Amino acid sequence: MSVQATDWRGVAAENQDDLDEKVSILLRKRSRRLLADLIGPRRRSIYLLITMIVISNAARLSIPLLVAYGIDQGIPPMTRGEGPRTLIIAVTSILAAAGVQAYTRQYFLKLSGRIGQDILLELRRRVFAHFQKLSLSFHEKYTSGRVISRLTSDVEAIAELLQQGFDGLVTAVLTMFGTAALLVVMDVHLGLVALLPLPILLLFTRWFRNQSTIAYRRTRETVALVIVHFVESMTGIRAVQAFRREPRNQEIFGKLNDDYRDANARGMQLIAIFMPGIKLLGNLTIAGVLIYGGYLVLQGELMVGVLTGFLLYLRQFYEPMQEISQFYNTLQSAGAALEKLSGVLEEEPAVAEPSAPAALPRPKGQVRFDQVRFAYVEDRPILPGLDLTVPAGQTIALVGSTGAGKTTLAKLISRFYDPTEGRVLLDGVDLRDLEEGTLRRAVVMVTQENFLFSGTVADNIRFGKPEATIDEVRQAAEAIGAHDFIVDLPDGYDTEVGKRGGHMSAGQRQLVAFARAFLADPAVLILDEATSSLDVPSERLVQRALRTILADRTALIIAHRLSTVEIADRVLVMEHGQIVEDGPPGELIGSDGRFAGLHRAWLESLA
Amino acid sequence: MRSYLRPYAGKLVLIWTSALLSIGASIAFPLVGEAVIDGPVSRDDPAGLLPLALLAVGVGVAEAVLIFTRRWMLVGPVLGLETKIRDDLYEHLQRLPMRFHGEWQSGQLLSRATTDLSMLRRFLGFGLLFLFMSVIQIAVVTGVLLSKYWPLGLLVLGSAIPIVLLSLKFEKQYIKVSRQVQDEQGDLATLVEESALGIRTIKAFGRAKHVFGTYDDSATQLHASTMQRVRLSAKFWTFLEVIPNVTLALVLLIGAWAVGTGAITLGALLAFTTLMLSLVWPISALGFLIAMAQEAMTSADRVMEVMDTPPSIVDGSGTVAEPRGHLRLEGVGFAYDDKRLLHDVWLDVRPGETVALVGATGSGKTTLTALVPRLLDVTEGRVTVDGHDVRDLRLSALREIVATAFEEPTLFSMSVRENLTLGNKEATDEELESAIQTAQAGFVHDLPWGLDTRIGEQGMSLSGGQRQRLALARAVLSKPKILVLDDTLSALDVETEALVEEALKHVLRDATGIVVAHRASTVLLADKVALLQDGTITHVGTHQELLETVPQYRELLAAEEVLA
Repeated sequence: MSVQATDWRGVAAENQDDLDEKVSILLRKRSRRLLADLIGPRRRSIYLLITMIVISNAARLSIPLLVAYGIDQGIPPMTRGEGPRTLIIAVTSILAAAGVQAYTRQYFLKLSGRIGQDILLELRRRVFAHFQKLSLSFHEKYTSGRVISRLTSDVEAIAELLQQGFDGLVTAVLTMFGTAALLVVMDVHLGLVALLPLPILLLFTRWFRNQSTIAYRRTRETVALVIVHFVESMTGIRAVQAFRREPRNQEIFGKLNDDYRDANARGMQLIAIFMPGIKLLGNLTIAGVLIYGGYLVLQGELMVGVLTGFLLYLRQFYEPMQEISQFYNTLQSAGAALEKLSGVLEEEPAVAEPSAPAALPRPKGQVRFDQVRFAYVEDRPILPGLDLTVPAGQTIALVGSTGAGKTTLAKLISRFYDPTEGRVLLDGVDLRDLEEGTLRRAVVMVTQENFLFSGTVADNIRFGKPEATIDEVRQAAEAIGAHDFIVDLPDGYDTEVGKRGGHMSAGQRQLVAFARAFLADPAVLILDEATSSLDVPSERLVQRALRTILADRTALIIAHRLSTVEIADRVLVMEHGQIVEDGPPGELIGSDGRFAGLHRAWLESLA
Repeated sequence: MRSYLRPYAGKLVLIWTSALLSIGASIAFPLVGEAVIDGPVSRDDPAGLLPLALLAVGVGVAEAVLIFTRRWMLVGPVLGLETKIRDDLYEHLQRLPMRFHGEWQSGQLLSRATTDLSMLRRFLGFGLLFLFMSVIQIAVVTGVLLSKYWPLGLLVLGSAIPIVLLSLKFEKQYIKVSRQVQDEQGDLATLVEESALGIRTIKAFGRAKHVFGTYDDSATQLHASTMQRVRLSAKFWTFLEVIPNVTLALVLLIGAWAVGTGAITLGALLAFTTLMLSLVWPISALGFLIAMAQEAMTSADRVMEVMDTPPSIVDGSGTVAEPRGHLRLEGVGFAYDDKRLLHDVWLDVRPGETVALVGATGSGKTTLTALVPRLLDVTEGRVTVDGHDVRDLRLSALREIVATAFEEPTLFSMSVRENLTLGNKEATDEELESAIQTAQAGFVHDLPWGLDTRIGEQGMSLSGGQRQRLALARAVLSKPKILVLDDTLSALDVETEALVEEALKHVLRDATGIVVAHRASTVLLADKVALLQDGTITHVGTHQELLETVPQYRELLAAEEVLA
């Protein structure tokens, strides 16, 4: 059956980014709070900024006025032979005004740049730190793609507003009000006539704003799809090429790209109507003023200089309107970005830091589950009620089929999640009473996802203990059996691992991850399928190393391959979130239970 | 670039014409004002007022219409250009080989496809035209001024000298700072990407503070560079505004003297200053426009950097009429950055046969499998399918014959169905179902919308084992003549693995198979085993033979220490 061009994306739960109208009002309040919070401490600088820009604009606006004054009042005395006094005053004033404008404007540009960049830096810091603070449960739902776009495109949207919007908008608004005031002051009668088209201007602007909001939202939606499709194609390029996906991808991308183009076209067309519209209104007003003002001058009710001043200012009155509309989109995208960012910042970590943390100076590694119930989704408990005590130093192998709750158990010990009911205790202390730092020094979990950060091999091994010397790094690698392959790399321990460790095989990455966990030297070590990518000799090396490594610490090993079980002191068989068998491996194999069956199947698979 | 613009040649002419005419209108408009003041108003001639006023209205309307024409016409070409380049970039990137993608962060590519291209769009749609219009307007106005009263015109012209000199100097500095800021933004984005993707590892080791520290350093550095840019442009922009104002003062001074001596009329001086004021904006806009042009150049460079990378794996022209799946590796070698990963690999896999590839971690198994569908190209020897060198075949034909299930499966933010039919768009529901059964991926039916459920980054998240099974179903569904399984079953539990292997036996009966294996159980899927050591195949034989005769093989496979 053929797949239609439109249904390839399939169905998913509502995107959390799409907000309906009601919610967005509430969110605006939330964004305003964040904004106030960011701006608050910089209030004094902002007052200074406003003062500067008012002075700067006053100076700028005064220049045409001074020119008119120079022509009207300065030149006639000269033609009458009365000397250039007034003219020189006018010229000096113009130069002074230009100087003041230059100084204040430069000051303003630098200060507003500084304030903007400071706010941006603080926002970046806050959001980044907050993402780091939020629990895994949040990250699993929110997905890395959204985290990345919050910290890149959304922050950049705000940066753009701060960089250009602020300057342009403030100047534009001040110019408009300043000009309007000046017009009325210069001649109330003609001034009011000149401002007559204002209601039309406002209505027209409102129409544009509404239309442009719709167009803008559409652009954001379409570009988001372009981005997702692009990124996924590039990160998954191996599968794309291997399965000849290129033509279909091109077709989908072309469609998304066209949608994006159409959305953009709508936005540009709106501007194409709005800008000349404003211009038309401006020109007609000027022509009207010219006629009416000319008539007034002829009647002797108006000075020629005032009329020329009017012509100059009216131009200035309409220009900023175009500027304001230009920045409207910037403003909107910054607003939307702020909404999303403030939403993230209000998210509470599900796994909260304790207010009165307990001390655990020397963790021994006794782990206890006390009546632990856990459910990811209400009324579908993964662990219905678990009691378990692991004495310090014991090595436990956790066995059971997929979905039995083994990984959940491991995540609870690492406090990636908190139990829905009951307590998880380390050396008798509830994990919820331990500070993150304390807990992470005591408990480390290695999974089959071995994320390597860009940097050298040594940096990656050192990740859990940054102060480790290169000798300690080497010892850790030797203990785990990773040393040999590392020294074979082009630059040994200083080899760059490449994008996500791309220069290494999955097995090599896993060995590095092991060395990393070993160097961190925790009291409790959890291995969740940590050896699945290793070949047998490597796995055996790791297992041998584990015998010594695990000797003096508590360990919890989850593995499908039962070979690992051998080094365990105790085997727990889990079934539907409950422990159904519990005992030393030798004893369980001898019995006729679940584990004996699994073990037999495994022996057969070795053939 | 030129070829992208060609289809719009007609429109472009219209756009430029209306742009030029609108400049004319905008210059004419104040001149009409002058005529009104100098003529009817000064001469007390009410009858002359109306015709001139109507002319003002006409010119004003014409200006607006011309602006509209220009803007409206520009939409098509500018967006067409952007869209076409983006399409082409995407197409090019899809053609570039794995090696390229291994070195480029997808974020870096994305910023070229989005940020850089919209920068180009903004420049072409707004900046470029305004830059030229500003320059033309400045030139024309200066010309008009010169013709009106040349000493003053000369003065205005002279004021352009410091502007030009400073612009050139500014441009140089700005390029440097601007590129630095862009690069630092890229670095920061990479840190963000890693912090998001590696969140589990960061949490597991409690290293949030450390990661934050790195990010903070980078963000602070970006802050410093951006401030440098802010200071630079603040200085430049201000300067650009001062010069016309100072010139204006001088014009007034000299103009007054000229009026006094009767060289020009009061109305002429008025028009002169009006025109000069109309120059303030274009001149001060120059700073912003030059900066924009600069950034657009940088963006274009960044896009071309990718576009100019030739795809090192090029399409052949041959096809295999009736592929049987006879795979031969003849003296194959592969080197990466002068490091020889594979050499002298000889292997013959007859149609329908399955070979298990066994070797220690890092021995080059994955590299070897990537040579068959030409995800990588051999650097020595050749790979043949049914007697054809794979480099002579059309890539689409070759990859129809070969399908791979990877150890780290890639799922896209699409429906399950679309993900599975990646390699076989025409698959029937029955074929789909049978592939799902083979891979033991029946869990897809339990997803909220069954096969239409969106999975991947933007949809439901699946476990490692579930992802592997989908990748396997995908490979099986494309009904390849040669099926490559690159340690596809590592994340499955023992029971599921056994079921999958049982089902795979049927699939492999009809296809030539290459199975990368770590476990004896997987090896048993194969008819024979090839042992890969130090970059070459040292032994080929059945599992039993190799167990008995090759100690290294025993070491590798029989080594799972059995519990006593």
